[in-house]
Amino acid sequence: MHVMYFTEQPMSAYPANIGLEVGHTALMFSNKYFDPVAGSRLYNEYLEHYIYAEEQGVEGFMLNEHHNAPFCMQAKCNIFASILAAVTKKAKIVLLGNPLPLTENPVRLAEELAMIDMISKGRLVPGIVRGGGQESLAAGVNPAYNRERFQEAHDLIVAAWTREGPFRWEGTHYQHRVVNPWAVPLQKPHPRIWVPGVLSQETIIWAAQQRYPYIALNTSIEATKKIWELYDRVALETGYVAGPENRGYLQQVHVSDSEEKAEKNARQFLWMQGEFTGLAHPVWSNPSGYFSPSLRRNFVEFAVGRAENPRGRPTFEQQVADGRVFFGTPKTVIPKLRRVLEETRPSIYGIWGNDGTVSNEDARTCIRLLGQEVMPAMREIGKELGLTDPFEANAPVHLRYSTDLKQMPQAAE
Amino acid sequence: MATGWGERVVELTGAKLHLARAGSGRPVLVLHHDIGSPDRLPFYDALASRFDVLVPHHPGYGKSERPQYLRSVRDVAVIYQSLLAELGIERATLIGLGFGGWIAAEMATMAPREFHRLVLVGAMGLKPPDGDIFDQAIVSYIDYACAGFHDQQAFAKVYGDVTTDQLVEWDLCREMSFRIAWKPYMYNPTLPQLLGGVRAPALVVWGEDDKIVPRSAGERYADLLRNARLEIVRAAGHCVDMEQPEQLARLVGAFIDEN
Repeated sequence: MHVMYFTEQPMSAYPANIGLEVGHTALMFSNKYFDPVAGSRLYNEYLEHYIYAEEQGVEGFMLNEHHNAPFCMQAKCNIFASILAAVTKKAKIVLLGNPLPLTENPVRLAEELAMIDMISKGRLVPGIVRGGGQESLAAGVNPAYNRERFQEAHDLIVAAWTREGPFRWEGTHYQHRVVNPWAVPLQKPHPRIWVPGVLSQETIIWAAQQRYPYIALNTSIEATKKIWELYDRVALETGYVAGPENRGYLQQVHVSDSEEKAEKNARQFLWMQGEFTGLAHPVWSNPSGYFSPSLRRNFVEFAVGRAENPRGRPTFEQQVADGRVFFGTPKTVIPKLRRVLEETRPSIYGIWGNDGTVSNEDARTCIRLLGQEVMPAMREIGKELGLTDPFEANAPVHLRYSTDLKQMPQAAE
Repeated sequence: MATGWGERVVELTGAKLHLARAGSGRPVLVLHHDIGSPDRLPFYDALASRFDVLVPHHPGYGKSERPQYLRSVRDVAVIYQSLLAELGIERATLIGLGFGGWIAAEMATMAPREFHRLVLVGAMGLKPPDGDIFDQAIVSYIDYACAGFHDQQAFAKVYGDVTTDQLVEWDLCREMSFRIAWKPYMYNPTLPQLLGGVRAPALVVWGEDDKIVPRSAGERYADLLRNARLEIVRAAGHCVDMEQPEQLARLVGAFIDEN
């Protein structure tokens, strides 16, 4: 089982009261409230956290990126990945991920990732995402072609990594008359690609068709099981049997040396007014053309304030009860995580450990306890439950490298 | 008042266009806003009492299916040239409303001698020298539609209590606008140079309180078109056609009749 440490890298030094007054804390929330002195301190603290995490036994770092919002300071995950590639030694560097539709030049992205893979000596997992709607708006990229660009950029990047250059690419959204990046990845046939997501079925189906592991981001246990049902069905239709090596799960887990402190810090998971990405207008998160047409009717009602957020805004207590937020000492948390692993059987597990205004000292305590106690215990439980991760299983990095494909009857049950 | 609107679907250039038509006289092609168009409007009826009025739904808007290939507003302008050819219509007057004004301007540049008159009402298509075209991507569907009106009661008169069907239609319209006019947003940087070739006399109309397209864009249209004048309509926002339909129909009617 592969267990990773994750944080959104919160820009906690911002005036939340002003966000509440203007009614939003994303996209259009003015960057005049960004304090680069605090930003400099926080970036360096977060870098130190990863280095410390590796010293404490953490075997994977999950990195992501977002734009125009205090909930996440990391505006380009390849930058932290590059630094960590040089200053750490063993931990996997898992990007979940680069928002492909935002790039105007996927070949350049393929080069950056190849460099990071070589500098890290093959520790890179360059996961890919569509990017939220706000990311499209922040980058000025057309949300209506988000999925088309995601798939075509993916195809081009994989081609740049695996096809001998020079070759020519005449796509719908990308045209390159010479594709011949000098730098190619160290890992062969190419680094593992994982695909995180929350809602859209199209992405789950696409990931299953590629045989890429799907990482459920902070979804409830019930929602996660539904994701696996869909993934498993598509896998069968595609000709393989999905297992733990295809499943990843990210959850919010804060550990501390006392229950009280752990609970106080875990409440920081709701620090952006309980919203994943802060307060935002629904049409920023879901610009027209970005979301699945099947959701259109429900969404427009929500967008004009006539319907509740389809994701809901559960309270802290509700999220704890639903098994979305965990806190405690290693002793109390490990049994809870065992139940999650038993129920959902992922082989990739991201621990979103720290958020909001958790102090540097408490964040380091959390990382130490995760690295020394929680993660080793989870790896043991993983062994016991047969949760073999893609590295241990030597799983094919893409469907096309499968050696076990068979045509399964659709109604196999 | 005109009655007897006929509706049909015209299939051409890979598009299925919904077309409403009424009246007789000189042909007038009315090109609607980016928020689509209600089926009937007093402005359309007023025109149809004197002219042969054609109101298509833009491809991908309203009742016209989305052609997946469409990538630019010029594509839409070309489709409408084909539509006029298909229907055997010559010397039409183009009336472009807001976003439809951009389409009309593109059509006029493509066939400089073809059109009888060009009427641009709060037209998009040019980068305003002063101010920006309002970005619908950051506001809700209702807020964007409301911003097109000077008087919110006029909005209510046209749209009433906005239904879910209307919201869905606005979302589809918005998606289509993003597909063809995302960047640059709602203008064509080469249009200013090309407008100088247009020979059709042009009337540029702007609502005094247009919050969607700055009036500076109207002034620029009037400057760049070789035979144009600018009229400002009081007590109207961007959607002059819905807010002051009689006044706009009078202005347009007189302009079409001018020698």
